[in-house]
Amino acid sequence: MAEEETAAMAPGKAPKKLIENGIRNDGRKPEDLRNLKITVGVLKKAAGSALIEWGKNRIMAGVYGPREVFPKHNMNPNKAIINCRYAMVPFSSLEEHGRFGPNRRAIEIGKVGKHVFENAILTEQFPKTMIDINIDVLQSDGGTRVAGIVAAALALVDAGIPMRDIPCGVSVGKVDGTLVADLDKTEDNLGQSDMPVIFSPRTWDILLLQMDGMLTKKEVMDGIDLARIATQRVHEMQVAALEAKYGAAAAGDDDSQDESAA
Amino acid sequence: MITNEVKEAFVLDLMKKNTRVDSRGMLDYRQISVQKEVYENCEGSAMAQIGDTKVIAGLKLDVATPFGDRPTQGVIMFNAEFSPVAHPDFTAGPPDERSIELARVVDRGIRSAECIDLDKLYMEEGKVLGVFIDLFIIDHNGNLTDAAYLASMAALRTAKMPKYEDGKLIREERTAPLPVARDVVSCTFEKVGDKILLDAREEEEVSSSGRVTLATCGDDLLCASQKSGRAGFSRAEFESMIDTALAKRKELLKYI
Repeated sequence: MAEEETAAMAPGKAPKKLIENGIRNDGRKPEDLRNLKITVGVLKKAAGSALIEWGKNRIMAGVYGPREVFPKHNMNPNKAIINCRYAMVPFSSLEEHGRFGPNRRAIEIGKVGKHVFENAILTEQFPKTMIDINIDVLQSDGGTRVAGIVAAALALVDAGIPMRDIPCGVSVGKVDGTLVADLDKTEDNLGQSDMPVIFSPRTWDILLLQMDGMLTKKEVMDGIDLARIATQRVHEMQVAALEAKYGAAAAGDDDSQDESAA
Repeated sequence: MITNEVKEAFVLDLMKKNTRVDSRGMLDYRQISVQKEVYENCEGSAMAQIGDTKVIAGLKLDVATPFGDRPTQGVIMFNAEFSPVAHPDFTAGPPDERSIELARVVDRGIRSAECIDLDKLYMEEGKVLGVFIDLFIIDHNGNLTDAAYLASMAALRTAKMPKYEDGKLIREERTAPLPVARDVVSCTFEKVGDKILLDAREEEEVSSSGRVTLATCGDDLLCASQKSGRAGFSRAEFESMIDTALAKRKELLKYI
């Protein structure tokens, strides 16, 4: 989805070819990911944190909690409540100067992000508490919501919060009539459709799926399959980032790969 | 809180017996009606009713400044207001995440489907028409999204363009209808227990663990999707929801 609340959100008619002879503008094949690097534990004060560098995206995720609920009336006596705040800093985009804090787009992303982590976190283990997840986009380059969630998942692991799974995903879309994985900013703005997907890699359940633009049923289903293949690679990077900080034993032997083959 | 738990226990128990509060099939809509041109002052309006849920869409046209990167295109903007009269949980104040999500999900489908040809809203250098659609929820008994799509589309279909003269709108003189290229309808599914049902009532939404909205703009064309709620959905579940959304499209189009 277009990163800005401007007319750029209107479905664009691409002025130039974004894919030529099966090769995208930046030299990638349709299924290729951009360069991706994740670092766990980059902040001192936060209980857990991660920095993701994905294409030109630079996104910081930091977690606090479980801690006392504020405001109190939000408290749930049976489980922890999850707060998820997504925001882009004012200097994050190539376009005009923005503002601090979440706009309408960011509030919606925070909401669907919260739902992803409500699925993953064992909230019932921490009644009457809240867990705060902060996703701050320092530089945006398309696919920030999935990148932010991929980083936030690791920040939660870094904070020692028990989870069923480490949510992971990628954005897929239709660019110049071709389904591609991991759209960059230009493809996002000028392509025909964008579909960010977050999976629970252990079960491959879909925890987040948004779509804009026009797609046939077959394109949506093929998009989900392409997203799954790409997500597998992103998930390997997640596990590697945890191993880099905690060692292979702590990151756990990831048996999800075996299950997924079934 | 407690009443929600009671509702949930009741609904989940019915699900186990494979039935619903109102004995509907899992993929059936309640009775739908759409009243068009309910108000005269705005350029377009409609009220959609699904069961006891009532959503009003009001459409105003205004002279607007185009976005810098699209100087010859009109603009569309959606907003949703959850009036405190519609549900005991709704409070007055700035829009919360639910109303922002609703407005953005309806916006996404109608914008993606290119329902309005934005080039036709160009008036003159630096001046375009803005289409402002406000969704006013007055009675929330479940499935606001599908009602909001119906009301928005009906408002768009009935909207009339006012006369434009010297950079101003003469609202008393309405001429041509607003050009609308295609119709978008949505189907919203809720996962309740291990079942997926269409057009949830309020007590079913309270019991739901996850929601998927799929908007369609053609016989085999989707134009928006939104998944929310904590539950995960499998690939197979998505596929069958898409089939249902495409199959229900004809039924919903009758009301626009």
